[in-house]
Amino acid sequence: MLDNLIRTKGREGRRGYTLPNNDVGETSLEKVLPKEALRKEKPRLAEVDEPTVVRHYTNLSRQNWGIDTNFYPLGSCTMKHNPRANEVAANTPGFAGLHPLQPEAQAQGALRVMHELQGFLSEVSGLPAVSLQPLAGAQGELTSILMVKKFFEDNGDDGRTTVLVPSTAHGTNPATASMADFGAKEIGLDEHGCVDVDELRELVDETTAALMITNPNTCGVFERNMKEISEVLHEAGAFLYMDGANMNANLGRMRPAEAGVDVMHFNLHKTFSTPHGGGGPGCGAIACSETLAPFLPDPAVERDGENYVFVRPDNSIGRVAGFHGNFGQMLRAWNYIKMHGPDLRDVTDMAVLNANYVRARLGGTYQVPYDELCKHEVVVQPPKGIKALDIAKGLIDHGYHPPTIYFPLVVKEAMLIEPTETESKETLDDFVGALLELAESRPEELEEAPTHAPTRRLDEARAARQLKARW
Amino acid sequence: MLIRIDADGVILSGLGQGGVYRTLTRNRGYCRVSRFTPHTEEDVREMLDVIGVETLDDLFADVSPKFEGELDLPPALSEYEALRDVDRLAKENVSGFPIFLGAGAYDRIVPSTVGAIISRGEFLTSYTPYQPEISQGTLQSIFEFQSIISELTGLEVSNASVYDGANAVAEAALMTARLTKRDPKVAVSKGLNPRYREVIETYRVEVVELPFEDGTTDFSETPDDVSGVFVQSPNFFGVVEDVGASEAAHGVGALCVAVCDPISLAVLEAPGNLGADVAVGEAQPLGMPLLFGGPYAGYMATDQKSVRQLPGRICGETVDRDGKLAYVLTLRGREQDIRRAKANSNICTNQALTALAATVYTALMGPEGLREVAELSVSKAHYLAERLQASGFRLRYPEAPFLWEFVVELPDVKKANQALLDAGMVGGLDLGDGGMLVAVTEKRTKEELDAFVGVVADAG
Repeated sequence: MLDNLIRTKGREGRRGYTLPNNDVGETSLEKVLPKEALRKEKPRLAEVDEPTVVRHYTNLSRQNWGIDTNFYPLGSCTMKHNPRANEVAANTPGFAGLHPLQPEAQAQGALRVMHELQGFLSEVSGLPAVSLQPLAGAQGELTSILMVKKFFEDNGDDGRTTVLVPSTAHGTNPATASMADFGAKEIGLDEHGCVDVDELRELVDETTAALMITNPNTCGVFERNMKEISEVLHEAGAFLYMDGANMNANLGRMRPAEAGVDVMHFNLHKTFSTPHGGGGPGCGAIACSETLAPFLPDPAVERDGENYVFVRPDNSIGRVAGFHGNFGQMLRAWNYIKMHGPDLRDVTDMAVLNANYVRARLGGTYQVPYDELCKHEVVVQPPKGIKALDIAKGLIDHGYHPPTIYFPLVVKEAMLIEPTETESKETLDDFVGALLELAESRPEELEEAPTHAPTRRLDEARAARQLKARW
Repeated sequence: MLIRIDADGVILSGLGQGGVYRTLTRNRGYCRVSRFTPHTEEDVREMLDVIGVETLDDLFADVSPKFEGELDLPPALSEYEALRDVDRLAKENVSGFPIFLGAGAYDRIVPSTVGAIISRGEFLTSYTPYQPEISQGTLQSIFEFQSIISELTGLEVSNASVYDGANAVAEAALMTARLTKRDPKVAVSKGLNPRYREVIETYRVEVVELPFEDGTTDFSETPDDVSGVFVQSPNFFGVVEDVGASEAAHGVGALCVAVCDPISLAVLEAPGNLGADVAVGEAQPLGMPLLFGGPYAGYMATDQKSVRQLPGRICGETVDRDGKLAYVLTLRGREQDIRRAKANSNICTNQALTALAATVYTALMGPEGLREVAELSVSKAHYLAERLQASGFRLRYPEAPFLWEFVVELPDVKKANQALLDAGMVGGLDLGDGGMLVAVTEKRTKEELDAFVGVVADAG
């Protein structure tokens, strides 16, 4: 079968870039390296000219949907508009050309950006200490839980073996607990889809290290008992960690510290509009209490008089990134927050307004398992007899990126819709219209969708069975 | 009720009792936040009606404890004002100077085409390609990235990338434990970038240190209970290491992990051909700007039989219903969203956009271009090393083979670096023991190299 890979578009000898001339005279590799260290065979890479490269990747991009091209209500992912000013900020030569090991005195502008962003995240969360180093949300989680681990180890409390995880949690939560050598124990929900406080009281004991809570949770429901939950944990000497994936629902409306959260992560690529880039890079900054602050990754940025400096927190867990973290994403988020100021609360208000509007419009046709106020996202189920997968693929033919489907796991045929604040009422009305129309479709018709996308449905089993992951 | 006055002097009032809707104004031009949020006052009223509540505050009736204050953040800036701050702070950095720092991040040429492609909104603003029908662009680019990494490393299968080089190393350490069914314990030497080692340790992997002499690692006494043996080549000090690591590793039933700069693989033998079971590294040299340390991308490759223990995304080829060739994320049973606590890592995303940068960079360069980048760097680094030696300075490992990074002994590294800075150059890494780790890329000109030697010689 013919593929369309870049390598097929080349001819031996073609080049896509010209390098400067050698102005120092050639040093032959054979002279400076032992023969056995030298490569024998040329790697089979594309040999193409620049116009071919540009056309190839431009055409590939056209097979992709992004926020720029389509409404993208992917639950738990906060696919909001990415302001282009952030891209200008991240491409400013004075930052783009800065080497991470340049001494602090040579990077005062960059350190100041980091210090200010630490302050902004501290203000939004109410927590006093921040690290920007974790490179993604999942790594922010791991960093937080490793800090909890080290707190207990340094205090000689080696009986803390368990991390509690609600059944609605993102998959990264239990995986993180395992990676930090904790056992993950699942905790059930009450009738509102929230953590069952009675069950929590039964489960929490001297082996509990932490509870990982997401608020609003992945059903889009606010965990209204969070304060009480934190008290139960704190009485038992355990910590409350908050997964901040859903912070877009909280800006200026709820500060995690005031609900008893000890440590949390942010997804700068969700809440603070840094682009998702097809799956990364992100930034999973964390914020924590005074108690946990000494355990933050090395280094943190502090202000020392007129200067900004890197410091190693006293009981640091060490570093989680090669350098200081994804600085480009920090710049973007810093710029975004500066363009909003205290009006960040309006971001949350419009996000929650949009989600509740979709909930209200879909109710009656789609089932809404927790049909009360939702926050920035809403979980719905298709009418009986129709699969979430088929609705999702049908939406593609209507020009919409599907919502997250089959998550949260506690809701059968779940469709998790997160419109974000950057979408207009007209967009939501058209989207709801498409969903209502799809609900009337015959299942066998839907099963054919999509028919207007760059490809039809794929044989995913074949990809795994006959693994071919390279040219 | 909070009342504000906008730039036209129009009073903006809240909606309903205590319901504050602060930024709505008839004159959209003066509404700071609303350039990103399309809601008019009328839209908000209609939507609240449909929902069945009266005010925006009512939407947060279930929130407890509520934050009732105003966030103490600096006032919102227009784009123009915000970017003026960016420019002002950028000028507080030392940049635009020739850079002789390396140690894991390299000041290499980034072709203009790379930036043009990765800033296309279709790539920039898409999510992880969970819906393959509308994500073939990202998926095929990942497939191409994997192919490039497989070709360079000489190993059968690569993942879609991980956070950075340090995390690729740490994930490889955990991977060796899963594959050997041993406790996570790895043998490394001082030749491994110390930052990589620190991340391994943060990930709660035990580290044993192998002897390191004359710039290379001595693998002869590798302990027999380790899960992995790491060899970085060129190592942290720039030296191309002997390739005895894989025999040492296999001799004790452990796996050999090679840590390689991808540009070096254009000229050095592929680790897969030297017995390495896993190859990992930092892809930053392939078209990513320095950007004060990130975002970069880590790569990981291994052989087919170990693929199920490879963490992160893997993209595979398949067909759609019409038999048309297409790509999809595969072997998903390894991952956190499917396996939860039993997943082989908690890693969720790859670094799709920076991996795309590496893919476009490599396409532009081709095998000959990559080789030329390596050869130019080698020529320039050796020119500088010879000039320094001719000026009476000693290389720390004069007998050891190196590519573009080396350690020069100086009487006072701090003083030399200050003199370089005063002369408009960013010197090498001060190793704190009289050594300066100097990196030379294809960007450095003869003029810069000669100036470097002159300044360092004058500094004494």
